[in-house]
Order: sequence, then C-alpha cells, then structure tokens
Amino acid sequence: MRKSLAGLDYDRFELGGIAFDYEKLMDSVPYTLDEVFKIQRECKVSGTPLFELNNVNTLVRKHAGKGKGARILLKDEAANASGSFKDRRASLSVYHAKRTGYEGVIAATSGNYGAAVASQAAQRRLRCIVVQEAYDSKGIGQPEILEKGRKCEAYGAEVWQLTVGPELFYWDLALLEETGFFNASLYTPYAIMGIETLGYEIGTEVKATFGREPDYVVVTHAGGGNVTGTARGLEKAGCKNTKIVAVSVDLRGLHMASDTDFNRKSFTTGHTGFGVPFAVNPDRTDVPRNAARPLRYMDRYLLVSQGEVFYATELLAALEGIERGPAGNTSLAAALKLARELSEDNIIVVQETEYTGAGKHPYAQLTFADEMGIEIRRGNPRENVPGKRIVIPRSFVDLSYEEYPLKDLKKKRVENAIQELKVKSLRDYEARFLAEEVKEDVEFVTNALREKGFGID
Amino acid sequence: MEIRKVLLEPSERAEHLPEETKNVPFEARVRGFLMRDANVGEEVEIETPIGRFIKGTLVAENPPFTHGFGRPVRELVEVSRELRREIGPS
Repeated sequence: MRKSLAGLDYDRFELGGIAFDYEKLMDSVPYTLDEVFKIQRECKVSGTPLFELNNVNTLVRKHAGKGKGARILLKDEAANASGSFKDRRASLSVYHAKRTGYEGVIAATSGNYGAAVASQAAQRRLRCIVVQEAYDSKGIGQPEILEKGRKCEAYGAEVWQLTVGPELFYWDLALLEETGFFNASLYTPYAIMGIETLGYEIGTEVKATFGREPDYVVVTHAGGGNVTGTARGLEKAGCKNTKIVAVSVDLRGLHMASDTDFNRKSFTTGHTGFGVPFAVNPDRTDVPRNAARPLRYMDRYLLVSQGEVFYATELLAALEGIERGPAGNTSLAAALKLARELSEDNIIVVQETEYTGAGKHPYAQLTFADEMGIEIRRGNPRENVPGKRIVIPRSFVDLSYEEYPLKDLKKKRVENAIQELKVKSLRDYEARFLAEEVKEDVEFVTNALREKGFGID
Repeated sequence: MEIRKVLLEPSERAEHLPEETKNVPFEARVRGFLMRDANVGEEVEIETPIGRFIKGTLVAENPPFTHGFGRPVRELVEVSRELRREIGPS
C-alpha cells in the first residue's frame, strides 16, 4: 500500500529491521500538552464533564455481591464541538496544517472523525474533504454513516461517499496528490497526542475529586487511537496503577470488505472488524508508522454483543436522562458487568460518549437491521449472531462480556511483525522492540517466536 | 445535486477481495452545485462546497436525507420501562 507522510520524515524514527523508535515519533509533535489544551480550547474541544452515574450505580449495587459494586463515572465527550472525542483527535492535525501553510485537510473515515475534521477545519478556515465508505453496490447506505456524511456537509466539507472496499485508501491518496492538502490521518502522532488530553483530564479530575487514581478506564476500541491516547494521557497525569480495558462490539464472522456483509452490521465502528486487525497489524494504514499502538497499553480486551450495547444505550437514557449514540456506549456495556465484579471502593471511568441523532440511534439501527432481514429478539445475549440475530438482554443481570485472550493477540502481533518482513530470525534490539510493542518481556517474544519456528540471533 | 462516478471497474479492483465485492465497480457519490441545467442520467460537472469541480453522472436533483430515527423498537421500549420500574421512585 502506498503511504502518505503528513509532513513527517518517518525515516528518522527507523531503527533498522522491524524496529522503530516509537517515543521519538510521539516526541516529534512540536507542541507540549499545555499547548495542546490551549489549541483545543480555542476550537471548542476538551474540558468535557465527568458525571457520576448515580442511578446506574444504585442498580449495579443492587445486583452486586456484598462489598462489590464499583462506582461508574462517565466522561461526556459528546460535549465537544462536533459531538465526540474525535474532536480531540482532529484538533491538533488541523491546527498544524493551518500553521504550516496548507490550504486544506483530507480525512478518510466513515466515523465521527470526519465530522470532527470538518468542524475543526471550518473553525480554522481551511478547506476540507472527507472520504467515507458509505454504500453497498445497490446504493443502500448505512444510516449511521449517512448521518455522519450529512454532518460533514453541514460544516462545509466536500464529501466522497464510496461503495465498499479497501480501495478507499487508494482514492484518499489520489485526492491528497491532486489537492496538495494535509493528510489529517487518524494515525499520525498529532492525532494521538490530541487524545492524550482526554486521559489527562480523567486522571487529574478523578484524583482531585476522589483522592485516588481511577482503578479502571474502559475504552471503546477500534483503530487503537482511543486506547493509545487515553492511556498516554493517564500516564502523564501520574496514574501508574490504572488498568486500561479495551472493549469492542463482537462482529466476528462478518467480512469487513464484503459488499453484502456491509449492511448486515448494526455498528460501523468500535467493533472487532477494526479492533483485532489494528492491534495485530498496526502499520497497515495510510502512514508509514502508526502512532496508535493499542497493545502497548491494553491490560484487558473485552467483547460485548450489539444487543448489549443497545441495552446500555437505552439504560443511559432511561436512568441517567442522557441520550447518547450507541457506538460510544460499547465500553459502558462492559463496565456494567465489570462494576458488579469489582470492589465497591473501585472507580471505573467510561471514557467517552458520542452525540446521538437521526441514523445514529438504537431505533434507527434496529429498524434498518430489521429491513435487512436480521432477527431481533429478547434473550440471552450470548445467542447474538453478528449479521443474523441481535439479542436484547432479558434483564440487567444478563449483561456480560467475553474476555478476549490478550496473550493470543500479542503472539499474533509478534508473528505478523516477522512475517511482514519475511525474515527468519530477529536481532536482540528487534526483540526488545517487539516486547515493548506487546507490553511483555523479551522472553515472551522469544517463546512466541519459537512456537512458530523462528529463532533469535 | 448528487453525482455518481465509477472510480474502478471490477477488473481494476484490489486483489484478495470477497467475490461479491470484486464483481461490482468501486463507485463514489458527491454532492454539490450544478454548473448548468441537466437531466438525471446526463454527464455533468458540479462545484463542491469547497469550490472544486467534479464530473460525473447526475443521480438526483437535491436528493433528500433518507436516514431517520426508524420505528420505536418494542424490545427496547420494554427495557426502558423495566429499568425505571426496577429502580423505583427515589
């Protein structure tokens, strides 16, 4: 795949072989965290409220054993300019594009990120193009994506709505070449550092209010930026013991490049179709080195079903009086079960919400699913079958999660690194790099490679 | 105005795609302002919101947004009632 550089000389981060200096890549951003906050505040980003979910917590404790029932807090990221945490991710790229003299910015995304880039570009008086995967070959659009396209146009962007396929990146690069605009890629260090303010706010606010670090921060996981940026921000806020729990909607079994599976999904982000491949193959993006490296930060990886996320969305409206878009509630769904298992003095932060609206609403998505012939019923959420059946839990205690074996993901990451380069053995600095990549020691890497028949020099 | 444009014919598509994707063209739709009067199906040029010009086939004149809130879904409406009943008045 051809790559775009977003104004960075990526060669200077390479260490040889499969290794590169990740921290040097992140340090190449010429702004301090204080400056990033200032840049974000100028454009209506950051400083979002952190709510305690009082009624939800009452319900959790009612169904938790003695001494159990952690306190859930929710960071209301829908309060950012365009309605999601993606405003943080876009803000720094767009600012940097403006400062370095670009006329416009381009983003390839079907998600909230497009609206975020368009909103930031409108405020910085830059031109903006958003490239979305939106339709199947019959011209039937995903309601959630159509809404995001509408929102980009509301902010004055040129929107390319494409049919299904990975060639989206080919077209993105063609437009970059044609226009000379800045590549506001999701995966540059600017994008990731923009998210660090979110982790930093959570860490400092929880410590100031409760006199302790958050015990768990649950993060909806797709491309890996949310996990990476949030975890780095928490570290900068001095949170050393906070566990990072990534959560994705389970869409295993649906092919992400399939024209027919495309509209059988009721979630277009926050799902395993991105969460797994981006964890084990982080550099398969539009830039040479991806600054989003979730396996460096993840402590657990949990999967929830589509029906459980819809249930959690309904619960948020019914008990907490806030309607928020479903995909952002992926981590909330897992937190509801996690809270019942943890001690009552623990604090769990659900670190984002997103705006809701036409197309981006459980009724809209379930009505569409019904039209696509997908069965919808109440029952045991483990009977959910992606693309065939959505099961809305029978009761609060039915909410659960599946623990994805993180070690398997880490082994796969190590194995892929070797296979991509077609080498048979590793030098010791490459083994150390891989150990950092998966937050394990060198022995873990060595063992993972031996299992696959590779050696270490 | 909305135009439609084929970016890649099936024969030009990426390798390793599922058959159902490989057998159809890779297409784009873009909205903008029409440069002259034209009928649906004609080749036209539009000016996009950022002032660029793009050629393609006219799909529709001012097509409406078709996404909405759908129908109230019984399975979820029930959830709301159950939860409020369970938590009770404060």
